[in-house]
Order: sequence, then C-alpha cells, then structure tokens
Amino acid sequence: MFESITQNLTGALSFFRRGGKLTEANIREGLEAVRQALLEADVNYQVAQDFANRIADEVVGEQVLKSLDPTQQVIGIVHRQLCELMGPVDHSLPPPSSEPVVLMLCGLQGSGKTTTSGKLARLLQTQGRRPFLVAADLQRPAAIDQLRIIGEQLGVPVHTEVADGNNAVRVCQNGVAAARKADADIVILDTAGRLHIDTELMQELQQIDRKVNPHQILFVCDAMTGQDAVNSAKAFNEALELDGVILTKLDGDARGGAALSVKAITGVPIKYIGVGEQLDKLEPFHPDRMAGRILGMGDVVTLFEKAQEQFDADQVAEQQKKMMEGKFTLVDFKSQMQQIKRLGSLKDIMKMIPGMGNLVDAHPDMDAEGDMQRISGIIDSMTPEERVNPELIDLGRRRRIAAGSGVEPSDVNQLLKDVSAMAGVMQDMASMPMWKRLGAASQLANTFAQNPGAQIQAPQKSTVMSFDEKRRLQEKKRQQRKDTKKAKKRNRR
Amino acid sequence: MGLFDKLKKGLQKTKDLLRTDVRDLFKAGELLEEKHIEDFYARLIGTDMGVEASKAIVTELREKHLGRTVVIDEIWKTIRDKLKSLLKGGEGTLWDVNNKLSPLKLAPTGTTVILVAGVNGVGKTTSIAKLANLLQSHGKKVVLAAGDTFRAAAVEQLTLWSRRLGCEIVTKAASSDPAAVAFAGCVRAKEIGADVLIVDTAGRLQTQQNLMKQLSKIQRVIEGQIPGAPHEVLLVLDATTGQNGVSQAKHFSEAVACSGLVLAKLDGTAKGGVVVAIRQTMSLPVKYVGVGEQVDDLELFDPEGFVDALFEK
Repeated sequence: MFESITQNLTGALSFFRRGGKLTEANIREGLEAVRQALLEADVNYQVAQDFANRIADEVVGEQVLKSLDPTQQVIGIVHRQLCELMGPVDHSLPPPSSEPVVLMLCGLQGSGKTTTSGKLARLLQTQGRRPFLVAADLQRPAAIDQLRIIGEQLGVPVHTEVADGNNAVRVCQNGVAAARKADADIVILDTAGRLHIDTELMQELQQIDRKVNPHQILFVCDAMTGQDAVNSAKAFNEALELDGVILTKLDGDARGGAALSVKAITGVPIKYIGVGEQLDKLEPFHPDRMAGRILGMGDVVTLFEKAQEQFDADQVAEQQKKMMEGKFTLVDFKSQMQQIKRLGSLKDIMKMIPGMGNLVDAHPDMDAEGDMQRISGIIDSMTPEERVNPELIDLGRRRRIAAGSGVEPSDVNQLLKDVSAMAGVMQDMASMPMWKRLGAASQLANTFAQNPGAQIQAPQKSTVMSFDEKRRLQEKKRQQRKDTKKAKKRNRR
Repeated sequence: MGLFDKLKKGLQKTKDLLRTDVRDLFKAGELLEEKHIEDFYARLIGTDMGVEASKAIVTELREKHLGRTVVIDEIWKTIRDKLKSLLKGGEGTLWDVNNKLSPLKLAPTGTTVILVAGVNGVGKTTSIAKLANLLQSHGKKVVLAAGDTFRAAAVEQLTLWSRRLGCEIVTKAASSDPAAVAFAGCVRAKEIGADVLIVDTAGRLQTQQNLMKQLSKIQRVIEGQIPGAPHEVLLVLDATTGQNGVSQAKHFSEAVACSGLVLAKLDGTAKGGVVVAIRQTMSLPVKYVGVGEQVDDLELFDPEGFVDALFEK
C-alpha cells in the first residue's frame, strides 16, 4: 500500500540530498517535486499545496540549513507533518452498557460497506464484544444475502427483512430492537451505497440518524478514489457529522492520496483500514506508523505487535537459544517458517521492515509463498533422523527425498547448504549486540536485492587459526587428496 | 431524450465546474496571467485527468495565450482541441454514434464471448446487466455466466438480474472454479445457439498475482471452447477512480489483453477524467459509460461527444 506515494516522495526527497548541502534553490526544487508526487497520488490540490508550503516554512528556518545533517532533518519534518496531516486518531468505542452501542456505516456504491461490516464485526468479536449486524441495504440486489452469509461465516447474528416495499429506517429500528433481544452489545448498520448528490437517499440516512441515533457514524471510502473523495466525504460529513473514516482496498497499489486529504479537509480521522479480502483484514489506523511506511521507513511496531499476537513465546526463546549455540536444525527451520506464515504474506512482512521494502519492489514476481511450500515439502520428505542430522543425507537419500517432494536432487542439496550457512550467520548474529544485528540484517537484504538467486554465504571466519585447527585442516585436505586418487583409480577400471 | 442527453446529464457537474471555472478565472478583456493559469491547473487536477494531461493543457494555454488579452471563446477552443487530441490517442477510435453496438467486435458467425473484469466494487455485475439489456434490445440472444464465485451472494445478484431481463444464466456453487463456470457457459451458449455470452468475474485488485493468473486461465478456457473467443475483454472502471485507474488498465491488460473500458458510475460528481490519463499511457479506448442506476443507462462513449458534452453551452 502507498507504494507510489513512497516511491515518488522518496524520489522527491532525494532532491534535498543533492550536493549534500541545502540551498534555497534546491529546497524549492525539492518541494515542487514533493507537491507533484502528492498530486500524482490523488492528494487534493489544496492539501498538497498547503503541505508543501508548511514544509517550506519549517525547512527554510535557519536551524535546518545550519544543522549537521539537513537531509535527515527535512525527512523528520516531513514525517511530523504527515503525522499531523493524518492524525490524531481515537479508536475507542463507548464501553459496553445495558443499551447496545450502535455504529452506522455509510458510503458510495462499491466502496466495500458490506464486507467492512463483516470485518468490523470480527474485529469487535476478537475484542470480546458481542456484535450484531443489520442488513439495511435494500437497494443492491442480493446485498442482504451477502451480509447473511458473512454473518454465518463469523457466527454473528444478522437481522434481515424483505427488501421489496420496505424502508431502511424501519429495518434499522427493528434491527436495534432485535439486537437488544439477542443480548448483543454492539450493532453495526450496513446501509445502501449512495451518491452524496442524491438528496433523497441522503435524507434517508439523516432519518436513520435521527430515529436510531447511532453512537458513531463511519464513512467507508475506497482508497482508489480520486479527487472526488474529498467532495463526497465533505457532503456526507455535512449531512451526518461523521465520527470516522474506514479506508478500504488498501492492499492494492492504490496511492491512498484520499487518506491524506480527507482528514485535512473534513477533520474526520481515518480509524480503520481494510488491507485484504479476508474477513480478518481490518486494522486500526495509526498515522505515525503510516507516515513511516509512506517514507519507506518501515513499520516495525506493527510487525512486532503481530508477532506477539501469533508467536509462542517459549518456542521463540528455545529457538533463540539454539541459534546462539549454532544448533539450528531443519526442524527448527520449518517451525520458524510456519510461525512467519501466520503473520501474513511475506511481501507484507518485508515491507514493514526498514530497508526491505525496496526488495519487494525490485522483484515483483518473487513467489516467496511457493518457495516456502516447496521447502517444507522437502523437509517433510525426510526421516526424523535426517532432519536433526542432515549429514546423513547421501546421494541415495537425496534422490529419495527429491522424489518424495517432487523437486530435483539439486534443490535438496541447495536447501541443506542454505540452512547450514544460515545457522552460521545466525550464530554470529546472536552474539552481536542488537544494533549490529539490525545492520547485519539490512546488509543481507541488500545482497538479495542485487542478486535474489544468491546463496547465503557462510560468514568468513577469521583467518588466524589456532594450531589445532591448522592441523585438522591439513589432515582433512590430505584425506581429500587420498580420496580423489582412489576415485580416479576406480574410474579407470 | 436525445442520444447524448443522458451522457450530458451525467457530466453536468463536471461541465458546470469547468465552465464556471473558465468564466470565473478568465475574464474577457483582462490580461491572462500566470496566477490564472495556476488556478485553472488546480481545477484540471480536480477532474482526475492526472498531472501530465493537466500540464499538457496548461502548457498549451501558456504558449498561446499568456500575457495576452483574454478572449473566452479562443481559450475554450484551445482547451477543447487539446483535450480531444489527448483523448483520441494515436489512432482515432471512432464508431458509428447511431449504432450502439458498433464498439463491440461481434463474431461473424456463432457465439460472441464478452469477458468482463475489474477491481472490487466498480460495478461489474450492474454493467453486465446493462450490456445484456442493450444486446437484447437489438435482438440478440444473451446467456450470462456467473463467474464471481468468490464474493458472498454475487451469483444471486446476477441471477436476480437475469430474471428481470429474461435471459438465461449459467451458475455453479459458491467458491467453485470460475473457469469451470466459463466453460459451462460456453457449452450452454453453443447448445442453445446464443448470439452473445457474457462472462462475469470476481472483482480483484490488479496487484493480486494469483487472481490475475486465474483470470488468464478463464480466458484460455474460453478460447479452448470457442476459437477466437473472447472477442471482447471489457475492463470496468469506476468513474470516481483516481490515478490508480492507470495501474488497473495496465495490469489487467497484461493478464487478459483488454479490448476496451466501461466507465461506470459517471452519474455522480465524479469526472471520469482518469480516462484521459489512461488514453495517454496506453491505447485502450473507452467503449461504454454507465450514466445512471437504471438498466438502460448505458451509453456509447464517443470522444468527440464527451469533450463537447464537457464544454457545450
């Protein structure tokens, strides 16, 4: 998400870096590039203009020009301005009480209201609330069925009524009453999509607002919307006093400029973002983290939170111990892969790690999930002993494993080499202090960005050898020479 | 209602906006200054036509009129001509405005297959219903294939439409392979000797590579059943879409070789200006525009008419 903004903005900011020193002239050039990057990302013209001006005001201040690292300062300013542009956000909902809390979703056609209703219900479920859905979209054919099916998938009760000749206000009123009876503590009203210039339908929404009196009204907005997003958000806000925006379809390559504009123009904050088709793909929106992502600084906080949710702490501790000791086996490798898989798609994960984002852009056809599946296939085809002790695997066993997992024997070989090299790298990294580890990781990422097919190289050990090591090496080489001689003899026969 | 009346109505807002802008910004008899041009640039950006197209128009304005006395009609002409040339692209795609079916490449004999694709929520299913209605009103026998087996109740939605329109529909259970639905659609269409088969697909974001591959597979399956098919691959685009529309057009064309666009939901305040940006980057013509919620609110897109509708008095 936000790739294009990121790319363009990073490009624009590189203007500031030229020549290493900031002058008035390259500031102006750089800011023009920033403005254009924002416009190309569908940011509203006025917002882009104001944004560029605000940054100019701060940057031109003497302190920046005279500071040691002006570029970093400019990026810092942009980051702070982006946060201010998109925030602050309050995700809190009214606490559970005897009366159910009512949330109303509204928006244009096709913005994703029905799917978002389901996602929101699921999110609330995980927070221990008891959600209840009301199908108030009587316009679109089969919208009611859609919500009913989603409700069944989630195990959330859905209030439905016949669409023909019915009216949405009544459905909402009945829905809230039904929710009370069903002992739900939060009700989500899924209203029909409508254009903000359709006075009749907008009045219907106002009527629901008056009769049902929802605690929060959320505007669902498609991240791909262009300049009109601001107009529709403004019109809905004038009619209904919105409490928040849910930005959907952010998993594509949408530039999300709407996200930057809506808050700036209407003052209504973005509260949630939809990042996938599955019902669990709704996340609370954090302006500071998003600003980091837009500037290509990664989003380690979200990654860390996700990891904490999904990982088993004991397992992680044990693995780390093994890594330190260099006893990292195929079994550990596989369980680690499975843990990572739980976090979501590899691409998404990589984008959250600083410096790894451009790796994803550099290799768009990278099929990381497929590779992972192949690798776990190979490991599954090994016997338990082989997994712990890969030295056992000779030519015959390698063939058997390859046949069992449907790959070439050379693939098996490659995996064994990679894992043993990785064990070395990890052992080294584990003994490093934290800040060095990050450096080592991003170095690894850069190597891959340049040469994705590269094997992981075992770290070069110090060339100063102890006496014992030297002797062992000499012995090994002598043995190798002997073996080759023998082999040559055998071949001659 | 005249031929372009609905289109004009759909574009009324855009038209009003541009016209009043021009009148407000450029006052007859005054000198045209950089400030006016920058303001007009802002309004052009507001139509979603993109930075490049807007710049092209503004540059033209600057060259021809900057520092001179404003003559509104001449400024109009400059803007209109530039926009027309941007919209026509390299080879001017023009079709018979009196024959609504003329943008479609119909098979000379046998069944014509139209594959419809697009991102989520752009109005694919509704556009298919409108297209089916248009074809039927021209005496064509239409079969629909409900290929959106992913979204909950999408099949029901299309089934409801088929009942209203009185045309046949081929469906399979939810979450079955959409290519299988397309296959069954082809078989059924040949069986009953239908003129046109319209295949619906699930909405997908253009960055989801697996789903884009699935789309290519659907196309291959159709081709295997009916040689030369699909004759038309229409990409449905939401008129409110911003610059992301260019990315959509590009990626979908890579997967299934789109033959044209359908611009849906042009009845809001949306400008649909993104078609200019798309036309600039690739030679994909807009064939139809959806201009209302009724089933007959599908109009043929004609670049000349589009621009004239934008600027007509």
